[in-house]
Amino acid sequence: MAKVVVVTSGKGGVGKTTSTAALGAALAQSGANVVVVDFDVGLRNLDLVMGAERRVVFDLINVVQGDARLPQALIRDKRIDTLSLLPASQTRDKDALTAEGVQKVIADLREKFDWVICDSPAGIEKGAVMAMRHADIAIVVTNPEVSSVRDSDRIIGLLDSKTEKAENGDRIEKHLLLTRYDPGRAARGEMLKVEDVLEILSIPLLGIIPESEEVLRASNLGSPVTLLNPTSAPARAYIDAAKRLRGEVLDVVVPLERKGFIGRLFGRKVA
Amino acid sequence: MALVLAPETPLPTWLTALDAQIERSPSFFDNRPVVLDLAGLPREQPDIEALMEQLETRGIRVIGTEGAHPSWRGVETWGRPLPAGGRATRDVAPPDETARRPPAPEPASAEPSGLLIDHPIRSGQSVVFEKGDVTVIGSVASGAEVIAGGSLHIYGALRGRAIAGFAGNPRARIFCRRLDAELLAIDGVYQVSDDMDASLRGRAVQAWLDGEAMRITALD
Repeated sequence: MAKVVVVTSGKGGVGKTTSTAALGAALAQSGANVVVVDFDVGLRNLDLVMGAERRVVFDLINVVQGDARLPQALIRDKRIDTLSLLPASQTRDKDALTAEGVQKVIADLREKFDWVICDSPAGIEKGAVMAMRHADIAIVVTNPEVSSVRDSDRIIGLLDSKTEKAENGDRIEKHLLLTRYDPGRAARGEMLKVEDVLEILSIPLLGIIPESEEVLRASNLGSPVTLLNPTSAPARAYIDAAKRLRGEVLDVVVPLERKGFIGRLFGRKVA
Repeated sequence: MALVLAPETPLPTWLTALDAQIERSPSFFDNRPVVLDLAGLPREQPDIEALMEQLETRGIRVIGTEGAHPSWRGVETWGRPLPAGGRATRDVAPPDETARRPPAPEPASAEPSGLLIDHPIRSGQSVVFEKGDVTVIGSVASGAEVIAGGSLHIYGALRGRAIAGFAGNPRARIFCRRLDAELLAIDGVYQVSDDMDASLRGRAVQAWLDGEAMRITALD
């Protein structure tokens, strides 16, 4: 039974696209058939982060409008053959998305893949609502700062009212992915604490991704961080988050300041 | 209230339909005055006496008629014809079982004028309930608002706006587990976060009106 996941946040720049790519690659590495779908029509980025920008011929809008068939638009990843990308159109805008077209595309993707991961645009308008519309699971990407937390809260409200599941009286499964978590700043009290964010949003925690230059480097090189450097701290955090998404029960580790973190790691190895 | 019955031709078919209705709700016509609307009958003199008899055998008490053609005879013997076009009562929809049943008791009869919400109120959401109290099991987020005609009970952190007694009820109160509100208002008297005593922040409090002033005190 395929799972449709929406990666959403309300606020821009919190790491939706990076997280979509990293989680998609991590799930695909474990053997599942995964497609990542870029819903950010007009401001597409997922193709860049996946390193597929020169291979885009047809896109989501072509499929939604019936100008291309789904297999023509899907781009298979060169590194992992169970990972595919459905890119957004860069020359159109969100108005080109139609409810019926999106429903059809998602239904077709459900038949082909185990995981359909939709990268939502920022905002609460049509694009974001279309991306979340048919999801079974929502990953709410949040930075530990007040504006991001409030926007996430707003998005959770929409997830509970505007999705197909909500309209059928069901409740969509929601998970919090806390990204760009800076252990140093957290220790100095310059960021919201993990407990505070969880208390405000009151949805289960999928993972905490530490702030890292590795993430930026991976994006610039066109590779999900979980593929480029799987042993780096953010990659391991994403891989654990993907495992939790599959239903494994793993403790969430709150990243500590680098020194303490390495100390703890060595401590564990010796023991 | 009188019921209006509008016979249609062919009369036997109409009477069969009427019987079916009476069978569904046997006591529907009991002791209810009925007005006959004859406008649906053909122009030539109908057998009014026979129709009258048919209705009587079904226990239908006709108190008057309307819409009868002036040329018809015998109309006056049917009780009082109502003034032409003067529809004294409104039409009654065909009775059905649900209409006949006494109004079902409210599902939450213990709190007929209350609204219970068992999930957090998210930023951007607005809950408005004019009739009475609102109880929220969960938090009210920053940028959310809850508006009640009566009192507000928030079993969680109150970070957004809480407006109680908005339909003119100065006796309404606001209770919350943790005060972190952007705005509190009771019957039009409001306080924003900056006006609140900083020592109350984060505590369980109640707010009420003392004349024209809002008072907030800790509950514990």
